[in-house]
Amino acid sequence: MRREAIINTAVYLALPALAVAALILDEPFTITLATRAAILALAAVGLNLALGLGGLVSLGHAVFFGLGGYAMGILASHAQSYAPLVDGWIVIEGSKSMPVIWLVAVLGSALAALVIGVLSLRTSGVYFIMITLAFGQMFYYFSISWPAYGGEDGLSIYVRNAFPGLNTLDPIQFFGLVFVLLSLVLWGMSRIARSPFGMALSAARQNPARVETVGLSPFRLRLVAFVISGAVTGLAGALFADLNRFVSPTMFSWQMSGEFIVFVVLGGIGRLFGPVAGACLFVLLEHTLSGVSEFWLIYVGAILLLVVLFARGGLIGSLAGREVADD
Amino acid sequence: MTTLLLIEQVLNGLQAGIMLFLMAAGLTLIFGVMGLINLAHGSLYMIGAFAAAGVAGATGSFVLALMASLGAAAAAGAIVEVTVIRRLYDRDHLDQVLATFALILIFSEGTRWLFGSFPLYLDVPAAFAGPVTLPGGIQYPAYRLLIIVVGLAVAAGLFLLIARTKIGIQIRAGESDREMIGALGVDISRLYTIVFALGAALAGLAGALVGAIQSVQVGMGEPVLILAFVVIVIGGIGSIKGALVGALLVGLTDTLGGVLLPLAFGLFLDPSTATSIGSALASMAIYILMAVVLIYRPTGLYGATT
Repeated sequence: MRREAIINTAVYLALPALAVAALILDEPFTITLATRAAILALAAVGLNLALGLGGLVSLGHAVFFGLGGYAMGILASHAQSYAPLVDGWIVIEGSKSMPVIWLVAVLGSALAALVIGVLSLRTSGVYFIMITLAFGQMFYYFSISWPAYGGEDGLSIYVRNAFPGLNTLDPIQFFGLVFVLLSLVLWGMSRIARSPFGMALSAARQNPARVETVGLSPFRLRLVAFVISGAVTGLAGALFADLNRFVSPTMFSWQMSGEFIVFVVLGGIGRLFGPVAGACLFVLLEHTLSGVSEFWLIYVGAILLLVVLFARGGLIGSLAGREVADD
Repeated sequence: MTTLLLIEQVLNGLQAGIMLFLMAAGLTLIFGVMGLINLAHGSLYMIGAFAAAGVAGATGSFVLALMASLGAAAAAGAIVEVTVIRRLYDRDHLDQVLATFALILIFSEGTRWLFGSFPLYLDVPAAFAGPVTLPGGIQYPAYRLLIIVVGLAVAAGLFLLIARTKIGIQIRAGESDREMIGALGVDISRLYTIVFALGAALAGLAGALVGAIQSVQVGMGEPVLILAFVVIVIGGIGSIKGALVGALLVGLTDTLGGVLLPLAFGLFLDPSTATSIGSALASMAIYILMAVVLIYRPTGLYGATT
């Protein structure tokens, strides 16, 4: 455990250290890269609650990522064109304020996770994987064929949304904001993992029959985990859209969902800092390998294959020397 | 006029459904016998299409192209099974998903490296290039009709193979108790390689047949793969009969939804709104169908109820 704590601290501090170094060397692109890694890490931290602790292999978490992205895109585009979002008995205006957008993204993706969870958690195993995948495709095709918000072309926002007291267009300030959110969520996840709810959820993964015998409902535990997990990934989606000032159906694509699982497993499944390590490693690989070869995804595929076949426990698991986190 | 259009769309739906069946049959066999969830099945479809396009470009023969697609996909399937997939049978679904996701990356980028990013074109054989007139005066492309016939023939052959041959008996026995047939002296790892190569060949054939209608390009397999997943979830994983019923349901729903839903909304909405709502809903129709089936039967139409 000591060793894992040291590795966790190193992983946690690597991102801000990189961002600060890039600030001193005046390389804003590297700061943006670190921000991207932190946002993808946040999405994967969300998934890790369902996947790592709950054992739910969701191949549809891009739904929540995309919903968060579109929450930002829709609100900001209405604010940008001064056209109210709802214009009936009540008038709802768009918004360029990050806290408002975050709230909508979190509530929207939590609601979607509730509906998808209620339907999908009736099944288990392969059926669950395929149903979450199918829900992802449903949102993907809907976003392509729904013309109001750009359809296939996506939606661009001219100026990054505002946060009170900060200049979000300054890369280091936006990074700081994202990193604080990531830290808060990580803290929350560590509390959840040690709470009675987290213990029960973990137990429901290991032995659902026993959990049921003591009077707890695995379905409800998993549903709550799925909803929290979706909400966190939705928040990451809103941030990701704000980073790029662009949303498109790609955020809903199933490759996105696949990559989130890759982050979690590459870093170390079920470990608090696993998704962070995995997302950083992936962004690093993406950045270095795409300079080496146009076909860099071949190398990513090969590395992933080797990790799955031979290095179970991922990056943190290999360094800390235990295969499974808390069993 | 509308009846003719409707019949044409039903035939299109049938054709899409039959092609989906070729994909779904392999997936469901592989899952039923080996318990493996194979995301890379779409890559085998792509390999079949590329092999066919390559051979057709070199020789000009469509029959040789189809044989090449079967051979290439089966060979790729057998190689992948022996080198990678074999190590995954004892693993949980998460590892299987990840490893086969990695295989997709390797296959897709490898194909892009070999053939480039531009789509290839596979020509419909000259004898089937024109339309045929069906009873009732319907003009329908001969090639699409050929696909339906070939697909049905392959489906019938597959049912016979499973029901009547020795290898079929072993496959069915493998589905119900793999340790037992191992103990009875069946070479189980050879059986697994054969089943995987068989599924791969079916996917490759579907890729080649569809490749002549659409373009042959990297990434063509994944949308079909996901539809095939929907098919086997609806039909019940492991059931070939379920795969056939599910494939036809999905093919017809997808095709007819795209035509009928905008028309239906057109009855009470203005045309442009009706088209956008109708086509948006049509793109989701099969997933709604799947959700409805699962609410009533969580293990699919023909799945084992546990």
